[in-house]
Amino acid sequence: MSNYLEKGYLEVSDIIDNFPSEDVFSLHPVAVSECVQEIPCNPCVSSCPTKAITMQDISSIPVINYEQCIGCGKCVQVCPGLALFLVFKNKDSYEITLPYEMLPLPKVLDEVYLLDRTGKRIGTGIVKRVIKVEKNTYSSLITVSFKEKSLIYEVRNIGVKNG
Amino acid sequence: MEIFEHPILRFERKSKITFFFEGNPVEAYPQETVAMALYRNGINVFSYSPKLHRPRGLFCAIGKCSSCLMEVNGIPNVRTCILNVQEGMKVKRQNGLGDLPKTSEFLKSEKEYSPTVLVIGSGPAGLMASITLKEKGVDVLLIEQNPNLGGQLIKQTHKFFGSQKEKAGTRGIEIANELVKELNSLDVNYFTNTTLFSFYPRENVFLAFKDNELLKIFPKFVVFATGASEKMIPFEGNDLPNVMGAGAAQTLVNVYGIKVGTNVLMVGAGNVGLIVSYQLLQAGINVKAVVEASDKIGGYFVHAAKLTRFGVPIYTRTTIKKAVGVDKVEKAILVELDENFNETSKEFEIDVDAILLSVGLQPSYQLLAQAGCEMKYIPSLGGYVPLRSKELETSVKNFYIAGDVGGIEEASTAMLEGKLASLSILKKLGFDVEKEKEALELDLAKLRSTPFSKKILQGLKEVAYE
Repeated sequence: MSNYLEKGYLEVSDIIDNFPSEDVFSLHPVAVSECVQEIPCNPCVSSCPTKAITMQDISSIPVINYEQCIGCGKCVQVCPGLALFLVFKNKDSYEITLPYEMLPLPKVLDEVYLLDRTGKRIGTGIVKRVIKVEKNTYSSLITVSFKEKSLIYEVRNIGVKNG
Repeated sequence: MEIFEHPILRFERKSKITFFFEGNPVEAYPQETVAMALYRNGINVFSYSPKLHRPRGLFCAIGKCSSCLMEVNGIPNVRTCILNVQEGMKVKRQNGLGDLPKTSEFLKSEKEYSPTVLVIGSGPAGLMASITLKEKGVDVLLIEQNPNLGGQLIKQTHKFFGSQKEKAGTRGIEIANELVKELNSLDVNYFTNTTLFSFYPRENVFLAFKDNELLKIFPKFVVFATGASEKMIPFEGNDLPNVMGAGAAQTLVNVYGIKVGTNVLMVGAGNVGLIVSYQLLQAGINVKAVVEASDKIGGYFVHAAKLTRFGVPIYTRTTIKKAVGVDKVEKAILVELDENFNETSKEFEIDVDAILLSVGLQPSYQLLAQAGCEMKYIPSLGGYVPLRSKELETSVKNFYIAGDVGGIEEASTAMLEGKLASLSILKKLGFDVEKEKEALELDLAKLRSTPFSKKILQGLKEVAYE
């Protein structure tokens, strides 16, 4: 692992070995985790309808069974660390679904900046879906699509244009 | 400096009222405190220090420190951060120590209360303790210093960690709402805006102050759930207005919808610093940097990752050397540290209008010490903490503790401790709670089973007696 506790973000090399294969996330979205530290937390496990996420005990790191995951996004919604994402290959483009708790919210079909783990702009993408996940807040799951495959390892945030 | 749109919160603002600051009319919302109303109007200097007449402002914003003392309606040394503003109120900057009021007409008569259990503090521990007791029909009196019940939960807009049982995945503000609802449905007797300040052992009386009225409380049992307050660190200019605790900024932003500044610096990358920084971003405030003296981020990594993906830099092995400004922070001078925490020659400046400290919390132990509870200084628990039995009873019989006052941990552990202290009292009162207690102790042990809890567990061993 990189020295992520020194800088506050992961490197692509930290996640790439455990990343699901393209065959798996071409069928439907699949959850990926960036929860790498032992902390006492397990709502992702209890929220999963197919028991695809497991933990030895409450302070273990979650393990996702990519074959069992149906990509429903329940874990992405509930994760207090905003550390879960969905990846999907949709025909000829790639999609990332990420939790977003800022204003303004983008709208479907908006072009947005794609940001990496350090907030750097690494391209632009098109918003495919905006799902408001709570009754009383604007907390949302946002799906962005883009062409370059390599970006699925890097895009973890968006920047709303003129936002 | 008002926040109008927020992704998580709605600020309900009722009609405005007018009070007077230094003789000039100032508008305020009736549900806010004097200090918050002043901040909303861009007033940061609350007093001048006694000796050097240096400007002083807000530091804790939750009634624990004495940084916000002002003269209100002729009475000096009033904690303006917990005093609700009223129409026509006369507020003045205090110069030095303040003069005693010439009359005592404002003091009302006293009242007496004899609850079975007195619960001090309405944070997660105090709320849970009160609910657990009242559910079994025990007569409880809950005292809260701040205008709202819920302690620091009322500003925690993030989702909590833990397991479903401890409401993980739920936002702190929602947990506060649920607990307060439960408290009200049980008809628990409580007072807000009430400061409990003294204990006299011979008479077994606790004294509290509410709206210029003295309350004398004679309880059979007490649960001290007084929480904690933010620590200060030494650096030049640390008394400048807008150098404040991270939690104070969180109160301004999340409880009252007031921006603490435009560009801010966060000192300390523990969970409080990381979480508050993210919440400032949500309120539209620019967090210029987070600095951390240690070589590693101390809080949960996921909280750090939430910040860095918005481009907020976290500088480890870096600390603040100086706060610069006239009457208010204008910039911060930072310095890199070597492996022995000594300052190097690498200094840099950043332009910020607020410097927020999240350099650890210390238990609010003072009442316990005054009550004669045996105390011990345990750094891993945050400072002075009382010795306690497995049942959370202190060295003074029938005095119990719950939550951060016994050692800095999480809201989840505070809730469980609140329940545990109450079950221990219920046991003494003859209720059969053994099974419930055993299950609870197991849950607590589980929450404390992570690498983050190692030091805490060590600390808890040192303060355990029996």
